[in-house]
Amino acid sequence: MDGIHDLGGMEGFGLVEIEDDEPVFHEPWEAQAFALNIVSIALLAAYNVDEYRHAIERMDPRHYLSATYYERVLTGVATLLVEKGIVNHEDLEVRAGGSFPLARAVVANAPSLGGDDARPRYAVGDTVVVRNIRPHGHTRVPRYCRGKRGEILHVAPSFTFPDDSAHGGPIRREPTYHVEFSARDLWGEDADRLDTVVVDLWETYLEDPS
Amino acid sequence: MKDSRLEKPAADIAQRVRALSEAVSAVHEIPDGFVDTVLEQVEHWKPSNGAHVVAKSWCDAAYRERLMRDGTAACAELGYEGPQGEYIVALANTPEVHNVIVCTQCSCTAWPVLGLPPDWYKSPEYRARVAREPRPVLLQLGLELPPEVKVRVWDTTAETRYLVIPMRPEGTQGWSEDQLRASVTRESLIGVAVL
Repeated sequence: MDGIHDLGGMEGFGLVEIEDDEPVFHEPWEAQAFALNIVSIALLAAYNVDEYRHAIERMDPRHYLSATYYERVLTGVATLLVEKGIVNHEDLEVRAGGSFPLARAVVANAPSLGGDDARPRYAVGDTVVVRNIRPHGHTRVPRYCRGKRGEILHVAPSFTFPDDSAHGGPIRREPTYHVEFSARDLWGEDADRLDTVVVDLWETYLEDPS
Repeated sequence: MKDSRLEKPAADIAQRVRALSEAVSAVHEIPDGFVDTVLEQVEHWKPSNGAHVVAKSWCDAAYRERLMRDGTAACAELGYEGPQGEYIVALANTPEVHNVIVCTQCSCTAWPVLGLPPDWYKSPEYRARVAREPRPVLLQLGLELPPEVKVRVWDTTAETRYLVIPMRPEGTQGWSEDQLRASVTRESLIGVAVL
């Protein structure tokens, strides 16, 4: 989905602020929220990591941007546990003593885009083009590189194709590639002529240049 | 199901976490000590692990060669493996190329060698800006790169997890591996600082 989570290249944000000697967790509830996700995945086997990422992506954009990281974690976990029927939303609100916002419902399952766990189609040095796909469900191809031409820097192992597994589709592995794009191709002439961005892309996202 | 338009203020976040924890415990028994074990494991994921990898790579040419060829195995050699470390690729800075890591779509990080990521790495500011305008972001963080150095931004969009290998600082000849390790910062392992 073309959601708020796909932040790369968005303008209007301010300074990056590094906190000195930052603790791993600032508050006990952050550690508990992190642990609830591990409990739900590893112990309850309630969902997979692609469903989890998509649940966070489905948060209302206003909520997503105003929430801290661990509030997003909590919201994603709670949304999935409600959707899977493991916990009840009204019960959560009674227990919390107030509103417990969840993410929005899945809009559409991503169609399976094909492909299989074959040998890599591309090799280091090949030129590829990122398909200009616009799935309404989960995808890991950022908006900023769709339709752009890049070069394969490295062939990484096969991993589960997230667009399918986030929606209960087949668990299908396929090669991933580190694809290098010129910053100017992505961002225009303001970008430095030397700089590049490397995006890690599943094979299904790529096609041969025409 | 209600959604998150936030028409009314949400309950306190700590109360929401407690509510979900209670609701899960009411329907599924969580074995004693499970959460404590998870949180103890978190304590073992820290940037000083990545610093160990870097310091060893500066002192041991054969190790560096193994690290660059198979980062996952070279990190595992030192005991650094596990979730979010299934496929680690080391990115060596050179006088010509400076590497910097981001995850624009969520906050993926190589937990075993970098630890759970800091807030700034997970912030919309960093995720939105560094892919598009790395030099101003790095400059704001105190790192001015010469114009002849290429900046390569690595967006962690699939399952590879990256670790930047900073250049060894000048004047550290004769330092022990432990001394070198102590000099390597988390920021340098992500690529927003040099040493």
